[in-house]
Amino acid sequence: MATKILIPTPLRPFTDKKDAVEANGTTVGELLADLTTKHSGLKAHLYNQEGKLRSFVNIYVNDEDIRYLQKEQTPITSGDTVSIIPSVAGGAPTAEAPATLPELTKDEIKRYSRHLILPEVGMEGQRKLKAAKVLCIGAGGLGSPVAMYLAAAGVGTIGIVDFDVVDFSNLQRQILHSTNDVGKPKLQSAKEKLVAMNPHVNVVTHNAALSSENALELFEPYDIIVDGTDNFPTRYLVNDACVILGKPNAYGSIFRFEGQASVFATKEGPCYRCLYPEPPPPGLVPSCAEGGVLGVLPGIIGCIQANETLKLIIGAGEPLIGRFLIFDALRMKFRELKLRKDPDCPVCGTHPTVTKLIDYEQFCGVQSSTQEAPMSGSTTEISAVDLKKRLDRGDVLKIVDVREPHEYEINRIKGSTLIPLGDIPKRYVELDPSDEIVVQCKVGGRSAKAADFLRSKGFTKVLNLTGGILDWIDKVDPSQPKY
Amino acid sequence: MPETANVQTLRVDSTIDGEIRRHGEETYPHECCGALIGSGNRVTATVALPNTTEEGPRRRFMVRPSDYRLAEQKATELGGELLGFYHSHPDHPARPSQYDLDHAWPTFAYIIVAVANGKSAAMTVWYLKEDRSSFEEGELNGN
Repeated sequence: MATKILIPTPLRPFTDKKDAVEANGTTVGELLADLTTKHSGLKAHLYNQEGKLRSFVNIYVNDEDIRYLQKEQTPITSGDTVSIIPSVAGGAPTAEAPATLPELTKDEIKRYSRHLILPEVGMEGQRKLKAAKVLCIGAGGLGSPVAMYLAAAGVGTIGIVDFDVVDFSNLQRQILHSTNDVGKPKLQSAKEKLVAMNPHVNVVTHNAALSSENALELFEPYDIIVDGTDNFPTRYLVNDACVILGKPNAYGSIFRFEGQASVFATKEGPCYRCLYPEPPPPGLVPSCAEGGVLGVLPGIIGCIQANETLKLIIGAGEPLIGRFLIFDALRMKFRELKLRKDPDCPVCGTHPTVTKLIDYEQFCGVQSSTQEAPMSGSTTEISAVDLKKRLDRGDVLKIVDVREPHEYEINRIKGSTLIPLGDIPKRYVELDPSDEIVVQCKVGGRSAKAADFLRSKGFTKVLNLTGGILDWIDKVDPSQPKY
Repeated sequence: MPETANVQTLRVDSTIDGEIRRHGEETYPHECCGALIGSGNRVTATVALPNTTEEGPRRRFMVRPSDYRLAEQKATELGGELLGFYHSHPDHPARPSQYDLDHAWPTFAYIIVAVANGKSAAMTVWYLKEDRSSFEEGELNGN
């Protein structure tokens, strides 16, 4: 069965100048194979070296693009007309350095000499680093190694967004901060360290909690964003803002002994939402404050983020785009997953439904802290101070600690009973529904779930200790250690 | 001089030259694109086309298939043929990029006009080598 194939102008030299030729086949694939056998000069222009149709070659059966039919398996029936239609594309070089890269001073040349003798970096790469502007979200576990290595490497402008104060519990992993920084704003501590390390870099501090209101404005002056956040609402916010602004997101995250890293939101590559369109239900994935984290883990993952950031700037190597790296510190193993850009992605897909920043707390099902604050006289919650008053008054209260045994070992409320959250469903029968029960964990999240569960089983007198053991130690019993 | 004898020449008169430059300046800082229609090696008309790239029009252009068909139709209507396409390089030299090469079609003339700070500058023409290995620069002249 001969089918007519319409040939576009630039391919006619390969079909004896004819604008239409005939070939045989029952599918588009067979037809094109026959066509390129008869007119072999067409092959190099229709197919790439891997034998796939080139992306800018469009094949239409009648008036339908075969991408929306069955691609090369699209059947051909008699009377069909097949057309080869070019997409014409091109553009200016993107990897080319801007015309006005800053010069390096003599001091800088000396400082960066080990970079300068790498052909992949060289003078031009180092000048690109000097011209680059990178924003670190957070100066914590991941932000510390990222900012330190970017500063040491000579990234000209390093922005840091943070609003936190250095706490003793940070020092186990947040190596930007030292013991005598406890109580200082993290931004101040970070800037002192980075400038001392390399006075040639400009450290810009942004004392703010990242939000949908300020993210686009904060990101705008920067070339690359490094996500070192520890919660889902901010992670989605960073991702979406990067996609909207077209800025790469050097992503990393850590939990217990496992870390992840990738580069999201580049022009060609997938974004965080291509991988995780929706956040996990709130509470399913505990934070590092609840679940713990090995101190060196953010060092390893943060260094990968810094590595990828430097590569993006100098344009060397194969970036971690479309690849998702998973690191297991206990087994000392790296795994790599392939990621594809999802055409249906709500943010970076072909028909995005999210085109501006949304309310990410709501999206992730997280209540904002103002809603969490205990109402006075609440019948479901009790504060540390009120609990102490009632115990002192001689009220009989059953205190149930739903943390893990290793947490209970560190500190506890005297007289409390330990039933870890995961054991509650099978051990709640040990509790007496006629007792007044106070459930408690580290900060109040897990115990709120335990309280909900107990109420669902008919317990009517359940109070959740707001702020958990930490609030208890702060306000009632400072003799105990905190973690 | 056998080398120069092989150089392809594209004739573009001052009207056509002006149309391409004006289009590049109008869309600056984005890339413009359009079709070149004529016969033999003489461009007699241009068709400005929308830049439909989804990859950021400052550095990319794309002519979608429907506009390509339109350009071929227009060529037939005008009694000529589709000779190629033009596009602009905002704040970049008028030399083809690797991306241009990867997406090039044989026999077409590719005119590139550099637009620096909103003002058109150098204009060049390029042809894909038959083995797709690189572009060869042609000669533009206005006879």
